[in-house]
Amino acid sequence: MSGTVTAPARRVAPIGEALLALLGIAAVILAAWAVPWLKFILTVALAKGIAVLGILLLLRAGQVSFGHSMFLAIGAYTVAFLAPALPEALLLLPLGAAIAGLFGLVIGLFVVRYRDIFFGMLNLALSMVLYSLLEKLYSLTKGTDGIRVSGLRFAGITPDLATQEWVMFGLALGLAILFGLLVRAYLGSPMGRALAGIKTRETRLEFMGVSARRVLLAAYVLSAVMGGVAGTLVAMTSRHVTPQLAYWTSSGELVFIAVLGGAGSALGPFLGAAAFELVRVYAAAAVADAWQMILGAVLLLVILFAPGGLWGMLAGRLGRRP
Amino acid sequence: MGAWFSENGLLIGLALLDGLANAALIFMVAVGLNLVFGVLRIVNVAHGSLFAIGAYAAASLGLFLASLGLPPAFGFAALVVAAALVGGLLGPLIERLVLRRIYGQEEVLQLLVTFALFMILEDVQKLVWGVQPILQDAPMKLLGTVEVPFGEDTIPFTAYQLFLLPGVALATLVGLAWFLRRTLTGRVIVAVTTDKEAAMAMGIDAAKVTLLTFTFGAALAALGGALASPTTSLVPGIGAQTIVLSFAVVATAGLGQIEGAAISALMIGLGRSIAVYLAPEFEVVVPYLIMVAVLLVRPQGLFGVLETRRV
Repeated sequence: MSGTVTAPARRVAPIGEALLALLGIAAVILAAWAVPWLKFILTVALAKGIAVLGILLLLRAGQVSFGHSMFLAIGAYTVAFLAPALPEALLLLPLGAAIAGLFGLVIGLFVVRYRDIFFGMLNLALSMVLYSLLEKLYSLTKGTDGIRVSGLRFAGITPDLATQEWVMFGLALGLAILFGLLVRAYLGSPMGRALAGIKTRETRLEFMGVSARRVLLAAYVLSAVMGGVAGTLVAMTSRHVTPQLAYWTSSGELVFIAVLGGAGSALGPFLGAAAFELVRVYAAAAVADAWQMILGAVLLLVILFAPGGLWGMLAGRLGRRP
Repeated sequence: MGAWFSENGLLIGLALLDGLANAALIFMVAVGLNLVFGVLRIVNVAHGSLFAIGAYAAASLGLFLASLGLPPAFGFAALVVAAALVGGLLGPLIERLVLRRIYGQEEVLQLLVTFALFMILEDVQKLVWGVQPILQDAPMKLLGTVEVPFGEDTIPFTAYQLFLLPGVALATLVGLAWFLRRTLTGRVIVAVTTDKEAAMAMGIDAAKVTLLTFTFGAALAALGGALASPTTSLVPGIGAQTIVLSFAVVATAGLGQIEGAAISALMIGLGRSIAVYLAPEFEVVVPYLIMVAVLLVRPQGLFGVLETRRV
């Protein structure tokens, strides 16, 4: 048994998972130190991994959002809009997360009433609304040109570019660990267990007096917050935000990373994101026109033949039967 | 009202005509999406790509026939032949090779699979037809324009968009309703839609019906694209726009509703074209706003029937 796209395959002992996580952290730091140009890619990969953690939460409930990058865009544009007035990165970060969370609450109140295709496509539709507003309201957002983010301060200090790269890398890594642990704890908590109940038999949850909508809403808001955090990190790292962040293909990438990494562990999204960003650097340059086709083909192959994703393959080697 | 109307009246008239043509095209795609969902229980995200490929194929074939020196009337044949080719080739290919593997599986998984197909087909279009806009408007030019009387003025509008598009959509609506209710094949499709197991117990070959329905739905999407091709320049991205729009139509009407899809296609088509003239920044947003507004009040769609809850 290799599990399915939405459920864990074999269980890996917590100590094994912890060891793998430490190994991963060490590998990421070593790679960033040894190959300087990888630092930027790894920072973005870590940020995307945080956003994909949110997709993973929703996947546990059997739901997939094709519009999740709207929260990433909200976080990123929060930074872009506020940076001139408030250049302090350590304040912008929680602000972006909070505003994304607020949007998540409002949008969530609407979308958690729907399941499956409606949930997926309503999210897609709302993200396209945000995309077209970002694109068309030129006076506010400079349209597809996007907005440059410059002159950020970290705890009152304006670092030089090389230092800022390291600071962003450290921030992304720290937050990735923090949110990875948070999601792990959340999935083990009653709220997290109830998510799986939404996927199998929602009515049973209701019979036990648990509101399925509230369970899904809580997960949705948390996933929006993580999307916002990822967005602020991406904006501060690439120092340029465009409406493309909210486009449906960006959301598709997040879903892709979630499936590629595997939904079995909080490590999955980061495995997936690192593999995705690294392959993209090489593949996008070589076959720019066929990039999406390759993504689609890999997605299809993973779903049909390796539904546990990268994590599932790893766990298959290391794990024991549940 | 008077002064404002004399100033904007013509624009409104133009918006109404535009909206009608628009609605006719969206309906063609949405009704195929609906039909396929009824039998396969899969919302095919790649349905919009079939629309786009149908459009590109029709334009290419039309340009090719024109380059042979054939009269422009052959452009119409190109539209139909291209749609039939795309539907008849890609439909069975997708159903047999991919979709057949995932029937009865988790809905999220089916959604991801058709999403993957969509990503693949998006790039297929770019590889085959490039990213430069392609325009083949001979069929539209051939039919000329009509002066539509509107109040004291007249509005010039192409006969292609005024008569042909709504005509084909109406014929599709009536023909489909007749086909599903009055012919044996149609009734078999309805039977499988209503209760697949009972239909199979009666000796119906569900696999065959599924293949047939998907091919038919794909051909409808391709025909929608082919018909749209003379009215606009084809650029990458029309597939994505189309699937989201036709999903909005289907969701607004309620999944599985065919006549309902015609009405919600009209609502969304008109809403969009009125926005184009009154507030162009919000054109793209209007269909979603209509959908969200309807779903807030009636989660099952305007004409949808509430499904009993799973226990």
